[in-house]
Amino acid sequence: MNWKHKDLLDIESLSDHEIRHIFSTSSRFIEINSRSIKKVPILKGKSVVLFFAEPSTRTKTSFDMAAKRLSADSFSLATSGSSLKKGESLKDTVLTLEAMKPDAIVIRHSLSGSAAFVAEHLQCSVINAGDGWHAHPTQALLDGFTLNRIWEDFSGKTILILGDIAHSRVARSDIKLFSRLGCTVRICAPRTLLPARAETWPVKVFNDLNQACREVDAIISLRLQLERQKAGLLPDIREYAARFCLSRRHVELAAPGVKIMHPGPMNRGIEIASDLADSRDSLILDQVESGVAVRMALLYLYLAGSKTEQELPEG
Amino acid sequence: MARMIIRNTVLNQKKGFLLLEDDRIMAFQEGEPGDSSSCKLYDGRGYHLLPSLIDVHVHLREPGFEYKEDINSGLKAAAGGGFGQVLAMANTNPVNDNASVTRLMLEKASWHHPHGPFVHPVGALTRNLEGKELAPLAELKEAGCRAFSNDGLPVRDNELFRRALEYASDLEMVVIDHCEDPCLAGDGVMNEGKISSYLGLKGIPDTAETLQVARDILLAAQLDTPVHLAHISSGKSVELIAWAKQKSIPVTAETCPHYLVWDEEQVQGYNTMAKVNPPLRTRQDTSALQDALRQGVIDIIATDHAPHADFEKQVPFAQAPNGISGLDTALSLCLGLVRKNVFELKDLARLMASSPGKIFGLPANSFQPGDPADFILVDPEHQWPVNAQTMLSKGKNTPCQGDMLQGRVMAHFMAGKEIFSRI
Ligand SMILES: [Zn+2]
Repeated sequence: MNWKHKDLLDIESLSDHEIRHIFSTSSRFIEINSRSIKKVPILKGKSVVLFFAEPSTRTKTSFDMAAKRLSADSFSLATSGSSLKKGESLKDTVLTLEAMKPDAIVIRHSLSGSAAFVAEHLQCSVINAGDGWHAHPTQALLDGFTLNRIWEDFSGKTILILGDIAHSRVARSDIKLFSRLGCTVRICAPRTLLPARAETWPVKVFNDLNQACREVDAIISLRLQLERQKAGLLPDIREYAARFCLSRRHVELAAPGVKIMHPGPMNRGIEIASDLADSRDSLILDQVESGVAVRMALLYLYLAGSKTEQELPEG
Repeated sequence: MARMIIRNTVLNQKKGFLLLEDDRIMAFQEGEPGDSSSCKLYDGRGYHLLPSLIDVHVHLREPGFEYKEDINSGLKAAAGGGFGQVLAMANTNPVNDNASVTRLMLEKASWHHPHGPFVHPVGALTRNLEGKELAPLAELKEAGCRAFSNDGLPVRDNELFRRALEYASDLEMVVIDHCEDPCLAGDGVMNEGKISSYLGLKGIPDTAETLQVARDILLAAQLDTPVHLAHISSGKSVELIAWAKQKSIPVTAETCPHYLVWDEEQVQGYNTMAKVNPPLRTRQDTSALQDALRQGVIDIIATDHAPHADFEKQVPFAQAPNGISGLDTALSLCLGLVRKNVFELKDLARLMASSPGKIFGLPANSFQPGDPADFILVDPEHQWPVNAQTMLSKGKNTPCQGDMLQGRVMAHFMAGKEIFSRI
């Protein structure tokens, strides 16, 4: 497939067919990552800048490893404590980066829309690694791919997303991806953590976790920022845990074989019971494994996919 | 005594000529002038006559932010946009909370534009707009301020706002309030609703506006003192204002062209040109505001002209400053509403000249004998592209950047003198 996009900013811009293609390409990389020599030369000579203006060890490491396994050179730049002067605008920062001629910039930024803003000003590929509350497309794709490794078909499946939906780019991207794949999507949170006009989303809204869990096939618990309590959105964290911490008794209400997911890092005992996170139903470590493969697939498609119909090395 | 005739023009659908004597209107008569030997003749080229407009809400940015706009460039944009008198808000640097800033604004204006457009400074209601102590309102009035406002930083303390209204009423001055509850608005960046939720941007509920509209109405009733409500953006505020007017509570209100023609959809794609405070709301709000103007619930149209430099808007949405540059485009946008039958051309004269004049005690022309000869000639057919070259303001920040607008000021006269011409 000839990859026609310059940037990956959000899920909406991908067609169903392209999402499927990302999944199948990711499967090839899962296989490559299980070999003893994991490095392939397909992006040799390409350079990728990891521009993380908001701290994230996991996503950055995942992209870094993905780039290196494809033989691309990756360069990290974190704005906090970087040599880039305080007060410089984002536009000037990324124009400076582009002048060094990278092939792609992976950006994480605390403001919604910043990835699109950067993409508008740059010629090179821009991959959104999370912008504000808006989108985290690579996380959604890795969540989808993780389930796709188990489920051939998403239609008829019900997925529950639990926790701070209002401030979650993961939730926004997951809702778009899973509803597109044909799932029924539920969300569950106290009203203070639901987005405004949640009824306009393609979801069913719950505020009772027991009801929300009934008959679902997968549950994605989100990380709770503990500051939400100070911001007046929750009375206290203990009360939140009593009402919304996902535990074994909820799982028993769900469909048999229910899968438990979490984008990490987890607050054990607050949004997810510790034993559940470590249980056989949990896909949390599979998500991390899938993350590297999906990001390899994306770097491959965005950096090599449009130029030549380059073949992946055979297994 | 100098007489002048503006021939070949249209006033309220009637073709005729306007007769001026010195700086006053003598008459408008249908047909062609007879003996005009003792008069200076000016060809109106079939354009429409409207009174020179009055904008009660502009930000001229001088002193302090001259890179965004200065009094000279702002008044040029006013002249070209059809505005002969503007009220300039106090959020300059330093703030207009003392006579020396007021005088500086007046002197700069008369130096660059001795024949108009004229600036009427709006004094700060509280010192440094901090909302903690009253500014020296009598001193500001004496220096030439025409009204008082904490625009941009609404006074949160209800007791202080009450005292400000009382003190201003002794001076027979109107207080203009930017209606926004700062707690509910918080650090929101657009209207709270479907689009903010979808874009992952923090929203400002319309209740942030209506709560403060309600406070102001209740205080105006209690004190029997006028309050002017700035840039009303929501349909719910309109309902409250309608109730207040029914009870004869002395409130008046303005809205802006951008709330009449655009809604929150403009923000899609993180369009910082559409970032304004109060935020663009929903389509229902837009039509409620249009109805309110027709029914006289909202009294006037003001621009809230808020120019910014291009680099300030070229940032992620949440970091961009609020504001739309309005002086250049306001009349064209409103003429678009006339074409859509939202209101008539003669309503524009009321909404943008006579009513603002009445509320703030400024002379407005209604083409009656003896009125000031302040008027514009408007070509309702003229098409023009909105871009950096055609806008006279330094601020090019508007959602209609790149669009074609229809209807434009071709000439502008103040006291019978031509202060601007595109002819
Ligand atoms: Zn304001």
